[in-house]
Amino acid sequence: MALENSDIEKLATLARININDEMKTEVAGKISDILTMIDDMQAVDTSGIEPMANSLDATQRLREDIVTESNKREQLQAVAPATEDGLYLVPKVID
Amino acid sequence: MHNLTLAQVISGLNQGDFSSLEITQHYLNRIGALDSRYNSYITVTGEQALSHAKQADENRAKGITTLLGGAPITHKDIFCTKGIKTSCGSKMLDNFISPYDATVVSKLRDAGAVSLGKANMDEFAMGSSNETSFYGKVLNPWDLGRVPGGSSGGSAAAVAARLTPVATATDTGGSIRQPASLCGLTGLKPTYGRVSRFGMIAFASSLDQAGPMARTAEDAAIMLNAMAGVDLNDSTSADKPVDDYTAKLNNDISGLRIGVPKEFFSEGLNADTQAKVQDAIKEYEKLGAKIVEITLPHTALAVPAYYVIAPAEASANLSRFDGVRYGYRCEDPADLQDLYMRTREEGFGEEVKRRILIGAYVLSAGFYDAYYNKAQRIRRLIKNDFEQAFKQVDLIIGPTSPSPAFKIGEKTSDPVQMYLEDIYTISTNLAGLPALSMPAGLAGGLPVGVQLIGNYFDESTLLNAAHRFQMATDHHQQSAPNLEVGD
Repeated sequence: MALENSDIEKLATLARININDEMKTEVAGKISDILTMIDDMQAVDTSGIEPMANSLDATQRLREDIVTESNKREQLQAVAPATEDGLYLVPKVID
Repeated sequence: MHNLTLAQVISGLNQGDFSSLEITQHYLNRIGALDSRYNSYITVTGEQALSHAKQADENRAKGITTLLGGAPITHKDIFCTKGIKTSCGSKMLDNFISPYDATVVSKLRDAGAVSLGKANMDEFAMGSSNETSFYGKVLNPWDLGRVPGGSSGGSAAAVAARLTPVATATDTGGSIRQPASLCGLTGLKPTYGRVSRFGMIAFASSLDQAGPMARTAEDAAIMLNAMAGVDLNDSTSADKPVDDYTAKLNNDISGLRIGVPKEFFSEGLNADTQAKVQDAIKEYEKLGAKIVEITLPHTALAVPAYYVIAPAEASANLSRFDGVRYGYRCEDPADLQDLYMRTREEGFGEEVKRRILIGAYVLSAGFYDAYYNKAQRIRRLIKNDFEQAFKQVDLIIGPTSPSPAFKIGEKTSDPVQMYLEDIYTISTNLAGLPALSMPAGLAGGLPVGVQLIGNYFDESTLLNAAHRFQMATDHHQQSAPNLEVGD
């Protein structure tokens, strides 16, 4: 599987990671090598095999719907890049 | 003092041979004098360590006893530590002071451990050589021109260089066992869910598991006693009774059935490594174990399936690093998209970005069935292989990594070569099984590791077999050269 620079641009947008123009060819080459290795999977017949998301086939535990956390807004926002009045600040989204 | 194992440190503390303050200060002095050689620590928390050590000594004077009794340990920098920088080896979290403790951290603290600091690691635990850390590569104490393995390379180098008696580590595809192998240590990856993942920065949530990096199986057992158990803060932690992992260490292992998978001795395995593993198998025969040839037919598919599943989960987990709530934020973002795109471009290193992009690819519309679904089906085939094998045997033995420590820079330009480092370790993460690596001798002056794989939640048998091996051999007592100040 060989990726083009345009594929990398699409992935970069999906992943929200800017990739410099000069890096695109190198990134495309290395990811293509990895996908070639991954493609070894296609040789195996897996029809009838149930996909496995958890090695113990465990499901989510449920608990009572009660409040277990106290309000830690100040503590948590102390490590934020920018806050104001208890809100996280980001560049303007709506004019 | 630094040549004592954790078990010996605890007994020295209990017998009053030295105080927690004395041994903690001794290790801090060593780190200060020697770690510039290895770069195994990102953060040394000297002041906090001394205050916790003092507290441990005061508790002891009051008659309060704990499992670890004030013994020093080191945490991989993937575990959140309240009030202390928790970087995960990344520029993205270079400014992150955790507001809370990981469960592993609080459990070990409650058990009387004194943390010396935070160990270096591959960025977000993605790597097999500890060359992807934002804080620089870690050097292997056995040969400073070689890698210590990864991603828990700092934990391994710190223990091997006697800059801590024992360390915490994590293993998603081999990140405890491979560095243990390359640094001549005993490293245990417990069963998935045996140890809480709360506060352990997530890489691939269905594979990640925390465990100890130690010098002996006995030390690993002591650490697991403190670390294991269900946690309401981690819904994937297993609600199963926790053994006393030290209780069965000395059990007789005659009659133990140990399987040798023929797929683990295929091309690509270094001849010296193969010879050392064969020697270990012979040693087990001498100890009365029954050696059984077994087959794990889907072994070759573990690396391909892993490099779909792990990046897929990583791309989801690492989407939280957006420059909004914590961590790095780019300067002067033009708009919200630019904030995301540049924060993640500048904050993540090359390997992390590569894996996020692969994850985005295998999960994207049109490719999901061919990649992600396919990999999850292969994951079940791999688990089925092990379940078949464990009908015939109690343990499985093989190499941990294909060769001893490789040279710094040797595999950085070829990700696929680097990924194949984990060819013998990855399948147990996919299956969720416990496994350990322990020293099996030296080849050309470098440690070779042998891997034991156990059945689900049967860490006791694994540690028992490893301990008996260590009682009969002295491979685990070999130490790296030039470990003294002034060497």
